[in-house]
This record gives sequence, structure tokens and C-alpha cells, in this order.
Amino acid sequence: MSTVALLLCGPAALLATAILAAAISRLAAATRLVYGAALFISAALLATVAGHLAGNPGEVSAVTLPLGLPWTGARFRLDGLSAFFLVVVNLGGSITSLYGLGYGRHEATPRRVLPFYPAFLAGMNLVVLANDAFSFLLCWEFMSLASWALVMAHHRDEANRRAGYIYLVMASFGTLALLLAFGLLAGPAGTYAFDAMRTAHPGPFAAGAVLVLMLLGAGSKAGLVPLHAWLPLAHPAAPSHVSALMSGIMTKVAIYGFIRVVFDLLGEPAWWSGVAVILIGGVTAVLGILHALMEKDLKRLLAYSTIENIGVIFASLGLALAFKANAMPSAAALAFTAALFHVLNHSFFKSLLFFGAGAVLTATGERDMEKLGGLIHRLPVTSFVFLVGCVSISALPPFNGFASEWLVFQAILRSPELPQWGLKVIVPAVGGMLALSAALAAACFVKAFGITFLGRARSAAVERAHEVDRWSLAAMAVLAAFCLLAGILPGFVIDGLSPVALSLVGDRMPVQIAEPWLSIVPIAESRSSYNGLLVFAFITISASLAAFFIHRFASHAVRRGIAWGCGFVDAVPAAQYTAVSFAQPIRRVFGGFAFRARETVDIPAPGALEPARLKVDMHDLAWEIFYQPITGAIDFATERLNHLQFLTIRRYLTLVFLYLVILLLVLALWP
Amino acid sequence: MNGLTFDIAHLLAGSLVLISFMMLYQDRLFALINVFALHAVVLALSVAWQAYIQDAHHLYITAAIALVFKAIVIPVGLHRIIQRLGIHRDIETAVGIGPTMLAGIGLVTLSMVLMLRVTPEADPLAREDLAFALSIILLGLLVMVTRRNAVSQVVGFMSLENGLVLAATGAKGMPLVVEISVAFSILIAFIVIGVFLFRIRERFDSVDIGALDDYRGERR
Repeated sequence: MSTVALLLCGPAALLATAILAAAISRLAAATRLVYGAALFISAALLATVAGHLAGNPGEVSAVTLPLGLPWTGARFRLDGLSAFFLVVVNLGGSITSLYGLGYGRHEATPRRVLPFYPAFLAGMNLVVLANDAFSFLLCWEFMSLASWALVMAHHRDEANRRAGYIYLVMASFGTLALLLAFGLLAGPAGTYAFDAMRTAHPGPFAAGAVLVLMLLGAGSKAGLVPLHAWLPLAHPAAPSHVSALMSGIMTKVAIYGFIRVVFDLLGEPAWWSGVAVILIGGVTAVLGILHALMEKDLKRLLAYSTIENIGVIFASLGLALAFKANAMPSAAALAFTAALFHVLNHSFFKSLLFFGAGAVLTATGERDMEKLGGLIHRLPVTSFVFLVGCVSISALPPFNGFASEWLVFQAILRSPELPQWGLKVIVPAVGGMLALSAALAAACFVKAFGITFLGRARSAAVERAHEVDRWSLAAMAVLAAFCLLAGILPGFVIDGLSPVALSLVGDRMPVQIAEPWLSIVPIAESRSSYNGLLVFAFITISASLAAFFIHRFASHAVRRGIAWGCGFVDAVPAAQYTAVSFAQPIRRVFGGFAFRARETVDIPAPGALEPARLKVDMHDLAWEIFYQPITGAIDFATERLNHLQFLTIRRYLTLVFLYLVILLLVLALWP
Repeated sequence: MNGLTFDIAHLLAGSLVLISFMMLYQDRLFALINVFALHAVVLALSVAWQAYIQDAHHLYITAAIALVFKAIVIPVGLHRIIQRLGIHRDIETAVGIGPTMLAGIGLVTLSMVLMLRVTPEADPLAREDLAFALSIILLGLLVMVTRRNAVSQVVGFMSLENGLVLAATGAKGMPLVVEISVAFSILIAFIVIGVFLFRIRERFDSVDIGALDDYRGERR
């Protein structure tokens, strides 16, 4: 049995689990059974892929099943790229199932979650394996619908219903764009197998159209601005482990779709295609993180931060396109590897952070940061792993976020070698935007961690909070360990990604494991190198020494408190820094153009007793500029067309007749 | 193919178009049905002539079906329905005869222009036949659109089907399955619509489909 046939047994088993889950979801043991089965199957899939990669990573195995389109069949294929994304999907899937073993017990209506969860995992696995346009779209829609059902799990909430509706509309729109893109790729002969698309190179106009359609189709699923509107609504609406899957894994499947079409099927890119992707990536990164900073709902903050990371990944992919188009394969390999590395890293820390948010939600019942605070005393383990996630996503060494973002910047620093002036100007500018977004991300996660876990409790729910169950903690600890490992040993990951880069951009990064002391050297020793292990050792030793000295010597000094207590007032917890007040300086700087923010201060007349008020008025510009005109136009048109529903039979006949005559007239008069 | 066979086929197809025109200005139901029966007879002749010149014997069956069902069974059935409903005195055109005739001429011109343009390489007989068939289909639709009475809409629908049969037999090598299915679809449509007529009649005491509009509270 070929590897891919073996791998297809996994989704089949997951689908069987989904059907079983629908049958037994009312049993008490159903939660444990379903998540246990999902964990087992994902781990088995992961082991199969790992075995394949360890044995012969370059080998391509394909299978055609007699399903789907009659002359194409359902084709599935495993190559380097799909193997990498299978690792991302199944690693995330197995850890999420581990978390679900504990978290799922708190679910009020398990029968709305359990059947769709394994189906969702199966859908993501199948998308990555699909090797013809029909199977790809079918699996893609299946994935979308399963995740939609999970978003609607708590459908009694009006906001969730709205999120589900917007998600459904955007998912259909994205699939439509993908459908058109595949239609263009298939050409007039209508060859829907990826193997045939790979050899047929479309003309420049068609290639440009396919790129735009893929940015719309895959971008709407991944959350590119301005197609991101559904993401911060839908991801938080689902149960937290599903949010982790959607944000950490499903957006990566969308990126897989983009890479598969643009790097693999489309052939040689034009240099301007890189420009488009880089610019959109940069704008997405900055706007995503600015939105995250303004947010006070913990899960929505994480969802917006996903948009930022998607922007970083797309900018890096755009760089890889630009380098590839200019026949600079080593630089392209660097940018491409950086993008894939960030895909892996983001799946780790975003899942970790959503798990943490889920743990906070379980312990306190709150998602609003303004009602949390001081949780570090109540949830010490959760706080620690959440901190690891925050440090990783803020791209601080020695964790994994730094390693991949550093590689992205190394790729940006090679832009002066590009021949086109447009790229020479745009790439450093986008580099500046990415640097800005990295700094803002750090601020954002200082806020997320500081407001949620530090300070003092802002509500009674926090006072009663208890540490969550062992399954959840184990899942978070595993992810935190992965974040650290990928950060201090990035060389292994980079070497693991080299077959993918070699097959898609024609070159690979230099071998990293051979470097002394596990350093990574992306271009040449003289230009730059980074040693995560060394930084980790330095940070550990210096921090331990500092802690030792402080505790050994500093605490002996006698301290006297001031009588009026001006340093730390023991006032109400509401007087602490809040999420909104923390973000205020940034809102002052960027709010004007990003949100059209306006502050009005309402001070009562002297002598009046009512409180002064500070009112902030913010707009979501993507919504107002792109979506409202469209919805307005649709409303207008449907209003006009509505009375067509109430015509007489003879009028309908007349309409059909006139339409036929007009059609024939057009045919007769066509030049 | 010699000139005479071609001319006869042409003559028959052309007279079908002419009879379709005759249907346009019949404002009495009996007259309309009689003209339809004539239409079916000419169709049967045309199909038989095609069978003869193409040497395709199965087309005789089609011709027989057209003659028996469309020229005899269905008109007789419709006659009886009209008598039972007592609507044989109704005069019912929604659009005046003059404009209808003008529209019909326009439609025939359109189908001629279109067919002669899109089929330059085809066999000349099949080409002319297709052009006539399209005219008959469009005229049948026009009858359906300009009538208010359900019975005359049925007749318009069936004359439209006649055009389809003409098109199917004009081209060489059409399998018999097509014609049988067409014939049966007409029969079934006739039965279904007949049943519906009685249901409409039962409920609204009229087969004027304008009554349906009144029932829905719509203006005419």
C-alpha cells in the first residue's frame, strides 16, 4: 500500500468517528471517546508522515480513487509540501484533541461539537492531500462547512449567529474565487488534475487573474485585509480548542492552497506578482495588530493577531515570488523557508494562546480582559505557559517566533540585489511595516498578559478561579516546549524544510545542522548568524544570577512604606491600568488613519455633580469601505427584483419568451 | 438529392410555418384546434416525406404517431373538453391580431437570419429545415404568450413540440428514441394539462387563467 493510500485511511477513520460521534453524543463518555479517537488518529497520521519524511522525503506517492469527476477521478498525492502541512495539521490536531479531552468536559451541548470536530480534522487533511481541482474544492468546502457548524455550536447567542452568517458568506465567496481560479488553470481543455495543470502554463493575463483570484479565495480563508472581516468574529465564537484549530491550523491550510497554486501549478511568476503579495502582506500585518491592540476581548485579540501573522507569512511568500521571478533561487529559498517556518511556529503559539484563553474562560467564565486580572496567583501553570506563548508570538529570543521572523528580515535585507526599482523601494518599506507590526505585537501581548494575569482581580469570578484540568495543562505544556525547542534548535526545522523549498523554488538554504554550536547561518557567516541555544543559555544564566542576587542580597534591606501611600495606592482594582488605557498612546498615534478614531471629552460645568466622560469613537474602515457598499448594492437590487416573484403566469411566459428572443438576436447580430 | 425532393420537403416545412401563422389569428377555440390538427397532418406528411427521401423507415412510425395522436386523438380530446367546459364561444386574445402577426413575421425573419448565419457548412435541406423548425417553435411560444385561455396555451405548446419534431427528423441519423420521447412528452403534457384544466375549472368556474390572478389579489 502506498503512503498516500495509508494516509487516506486517517481521514476515513476521522469521518467514521464523526458519524459515530453523532450517534453516541448523548452518552456521558462520548467526549472522552471522540477526542481520544481523534487524538489517536491524528497521532497515527503524524507518525506515518514522520516515517515517510525520515525514510525518503523526496518521494512522491499518488493514488487515484474512482470517485468524483468521471474522467479525472479523485486524485490524492503526497509530496514535500503536503507532507509539511500534514505535519502542521496533525501535530496541531493531536495536541488540540489532547486539550479537548479536558476542555470538552465543560461543553454545555457536546452534541453540537463532537460530530463536527473529527469531520473538521478530516477535511483539513484531505485538502492538503488533494491532487485535482474537484477533490480540492470539495474537501475545502467540507472543511469550511464543518468549521461553520463548530462556529454555530453556541447558536443561541445572537453575536455567534451573526458571526456564522458572515463566515458562511465569506467562505462561499472564497470558494467561488478558487473555483474561477481553477477554471482558468484548467484552460479550455478542462483538465482538472493538478498534474495536467502543472505542465500547462497559462498566458500572462490568465496567470495574473489566477493570482488575484487566489489572493481572494485563499486570502479570505487566511484572513488577508480587507477580506478578514469574518475572522475576528468567527474564530472566537467557536469553543476555544476549535478556535485554536481554526486560527492555528485552518488558516495554514489556506496558505497551503495559495502556495500549491501560485508556486506549484502556475509556473514561473512575474516579478509584479511578488509586489502585490508583499504589499498586501505588509498592510495586513500592520492593520491586524493595530486591531488586536484596540481589542479587550482576549479571544478576539488573538484572532486579530492571527491576521498579523498571516500578513507576515504572505509578505515572506511575496518576497519568495519576487526572488524566484528574478532567478535568485537562494534568496527565494530563504524567504520561502522563513514563511513555512513561521507557519509552523504560528500554529504552535497561536494554539497555545487560544488554549490559555480557553483555560481562563473555563476558570472564570470571562473573555473580557477588563474583568480579569491577577490570575497569575490563581492559575500559575496556565499563566506560565501563556507567558511562553506571549513571548514567542512577540518574536523575542530564544523562542521560535524570533527565529522565523529573523529569517524573514534576513530575506528582506537581500532586496537591494533585486533588479526592479519598484521592488527595491517597496520591499524595504514593507520591511519597515513588518518591523512596526512586530513591535506592536510585543506591546499587544504585554497588554494581553499584563491585564489578564498581572495586577489584581477586577471581578469576583477571578477570585474563585481554579487551575484547569491536567489534560489541558499537558497540551499547553507540550506546545510551550515546542515553542522553546523550535526556538533554540531552528537549524533542524530549516533543514527539514529544505526538500520543500528545493522542489518549489529550485534551491535550498545552506545545511544548518553542520554549523558549529547549532548556529543558523541563512546566507553566509560574514553577514549574519543566530544561535538560539547560546541566547537561551545566556538568558537562563543571567536571569538566574540576577534572581539569586536580588533574593540573596536585595531583600534584606529594610523598607519603609510612606504614610500616604502615594507609590501604590490600595485603591479599588478598577483604578488599575485597563486594556483600553494601555492601548491609548498607540490609539493616539495610529488611530487617526487606521480607525478614524475621535476622542471627545465631556466635562460638566463647574459645580455640576455628574462625572466627566471620555468618549472614543472608532470605525472599522475595512467594513465601511469594502463591505457596506456591497451589502447596500445587494439590498437595493433585491428590493428592485422582489416584485418579479409576484407576476402572472402569462407574464412569466412572456419574460422567458423575450429572453429567448433577445438571446437569439444577440446571436444573430454578433459580429 | 434532386431538385424535386428538395422542393417538396421545402414546401411541406414552409406550409407548417404558414399554418403556425394561421394559428396566430384564430380567435375561436374550435377553429384554433382545427388549425392545430391541420398542422399535425402537415407535420406527419413532412416526416413521412423525410422518411422516404432519407430511406429511414423508422421515421414512418414518427409520422404515424404524429398523425394519430396529434392530428386525431388530441384535437378530438380538446374538442370534448371545450364542450364539457362550455367555453366554445369564448373569444380570447390578449394582444391584438395585427401586432401578433407583425411579431410573428419578425420572429420568422430572426430565425431565418440566425440559422442561415450559424450553419453555413450544413446540408442545405437540413439548414432550411432547421430555420423553419426554429420559426415554428418561436411562433408556438408566441401563441402561448398572446393567449389567455389555458386550452389555447396547450395548443401553442403542442405546436411548439411539432417544431421540435420537424427539427429532429430533418437531420439525418436521429435515433427513434428521440421522437418517441417527444411524442410521449406531448401526450403526458396533454393529460396533465387536461387534469389541471378541470381542477382550475372546479375551483374558479373558468379556465381563464386571469381568474388565478384575481384569486391571488393581483391586478391584470
